[in-house]
Amino acid sequence: MKPLLHRLQNSRNALGLAFMLPAAVLLLLFLTYPLGLGTWLGFTDAKIGRGGSWIGIENFDFLVGDSVSQLALFNTVFYTVVASIAKFVLGLWLAVLLNKNLPFKSFFRAVVLLPWIVPTALSAIAFWWIYDAQFSVVSWVLMKLGWIDRYVDFLGNPWNARFSTIVANVWRGVPFVAISLLAGLQTISPSYYEASAIDGATPWQQFRHVTLPLLSPIIAVVMTFSVLFTFTDFQLIYVLTRGGPLNSTHLMATLAFQRAIPGGALGEGAALATLMVPFLLAAIMFSYFGLQRRAWQQGGDK
Amino acid sequence: MSDFNRRKFLEGTAGMATLGTGALWTPSAGAQTLAYKPEKGARLRVLRWSRFVQGDIDAYMVNVKKFTEKTGIEVRVDNEGWEDVRPKAAVAANTGAGPDVILSTNDDANLYPDKLLDVTDLCEYLGKKYGGWYPACEAYLRPDGKKWIGVALGAAGSLVVYRESHVKAAGFDSVPKDTDGFLKLYKALAAKGTPGGMALGNATGDSGWCHWLLWAFGGAMVDKDNKVTLDSPATLKALEYAKELYASFVPGTLSWLDPNNNKAFLDGQISITNNGISVYYAAKNSPDPKLKEIAADINHAAFPIGPVGVPTEYHLFFNQMIFKYTKYPQAAKEFLRFMMEQEQFDPWLQGGGGYVAQPLRAYEKSAVWTVDPKHTPYRDSVKNLRPAGYAGRLGYASAGALADFIVPNMVAEAGSGSKTPKEAMERAQKRAERYYKV
Repeated sequence: MKPLLHRLQNSRNALGLAFMLPAAVLLLLFLTYPLGLGTWLGFTDAKIGRGGSWIGIENFDFLVGDSVSQLALFNTVFYTVVASIAKFVLGLWLAVLLNKNLPFKSFFRAVVLLPWIVPTALSAIAFWWIYDAQFSVVSWVLMKLGWIDRYVDFLGNPWNARFSTIVANVWRGVPFVAISLLAGLQTISPSYYEASAIDGATPWQQFRHVTLPLLSPIIAVVMTFSVLFTFTDFQLIYVLTRGGPLNSTHLMATLAFQRAIPGGALGEGAALATLMVPFLLAAIMFSYFGLQRRAWQQGGDK
Repeated sequence: MSDFNRRKFLEGTAGMATLGTGALWTPSAGAQTLAYKPEKGARLRVLRWSRFVQGDIDAYMVNVKKFTEKTGIEVRVDNEGWEDVRPKAAVAANTGAGPDVILSTNDDANLYPDKLLDVTDLCEYLGKKYGGWYPACEAYLRPDGKKWIGVALGAAGSLVVYRESHVKAAGFDSVPKDTDGFLKLYKALAAKGTPGGMALGNATGDSGWCHWLLWAFGGAMVDKDNKVTLDSPATLKALEYAKELYASFVPGTLSWLDPNNNKAFLDGQISITNNGISVYYAAKNSPDPKLKEIAADINHAAFPIGPVGVPTEYHLFFNQMIFKYTKYPQAAKEFLRFMMEQEQFDPWLQGGGGYVAQPLRAYEKSAVWTVDPKHTPYRDSVKNLRPAGYAGRLGYASAGALADFIVPNMVAEAGSGSKTPKEAMERAQKRAERYYKV
């Protein structure tokens, strides 16, 4: 017995396997299994409280022809694209500002993170009051200023509701982008800026030809995450509108929940959630190939 | 429920209407007693929805304590928001483990009828003793007309809530009892600058008035054979009406979720809406003198009756289900019997302050409906109730169609003018057909 144990303790392979095991179990149990189960459910007619049997692509067939699902897909893509671009522009701008030598620099850097650390559900409730049809503080101020003569219907008109939810999402997502890009900015050596300044580069040229290229690997990673978070957003919509008005803010995640849990159609909800995977994969591939190009630019093998 | 019993009950209680409130009334003459023999060492776990009015929970727990004192059976009661009970109950049904008794909502019992304990004997006993069940209880819990799969608990009525002074100022003594008058009232209130409004967003509770509207004009999602019948002249009439009604609403109702109308009403921004008695309950029991003043001005009325000629109200219905997997079926039945008996049920109704309406006719005599005349309209909530899957069979299709807001979305689309009534109706028909799989 002892020699065997001794041998195992000295075997790289056995030890490696042993050390890897907890992580592998965690991944398999809490990631692979639920994902696999979710995908499988999408191909069944499972109802809540009742196991399902295999029905092939019937759920997907149904969803493709379903006008509410089509609307949810449009909403999700629109929400993700607009919110991600806004978060990127505002986040980069904020990062560049915070990278400057400001008074109370660390205070500002900490404060910027606040929207990110407040639980989403709580900030969503705050926005819910801000957008309220009767109690909106924004409408109230505009009324007092005499700029409008009736309350803005933030969440009651389909396009207003889409943009209102996007604003709330951007408010919440900007700190993540800004702080991550700020970290990236600080890795750029000041000598590049000094060199370009000696060559007579304007601040815009410095930004365009020094900051942006050196920051792009970080941008790719940060924006991938940002897109993933936005695409799968749930809490914000659920608190603000539950997908209304007229389903104009239903995202695929909220519709999947509505169909699966309150509606009881577990299989259909799972299929809807599975339909999100190709879009998420596309976002990841985009950043993966983006990163590869950077490696080549920086003198890598590829 | 037989006519014989009901008649006998009415005869038996006719002379008691003069009794003062708080006096115990006797149930139907000749009522037999029934008691189950709980298993030795029985313990029960109960999962129930919560909590709209605190008095309901308090009175319920007093009854539970009484039950434990009397029988020695320990009862653990867990509370969940009512929308979270549905998935939990479904998982319990599917896995065969969980609470012994679940208090659920709407058509939950119809999703897994074969997982539920047959309670026919208990329901027949209660029906006989307390003047019979209202038809809605049978629609929900006696789907085949023979076997009871659960015991009805009642319903949270959602009625017309209005400010008396504003309605008077608009030239009306009370809320009209017909749909035409109702529309006139809404228009008059809007003209006076004190408009009304009802939720048209994806509000799970307060968008229920859309079902009333559809039914009031003779429309229905499905017929008796679960064939979708939304695309009909009756629906079209209902939607034309919705368009006119919406024009008098306060702005923003398309975004309203369940709490919005309560907030707007208590702030005095709307004069009429639809809600449970909870707005009044909250205002009456508030320490704020301003709210107390509003409470004095609040009154309630039943939803008006449309061209169809009968009440077509939609309320949140409550079931009590015992699962077959329970180790203590006798104890669970005894628990439900105990809770439904007058000594417990009547104080509980009173504790709820009118929030829950009874499923059994005899409780129409409960003091809760007379102690405050503003409670009275809620008395008939179960009597006038229609299940959301009316007029078809309840089950996954009806539950799915309800959760997908097909009817509220249709009314919102047509009302707001984002689609013509005809387009909205045809779209809803297509959406409903997908659930009822033509």
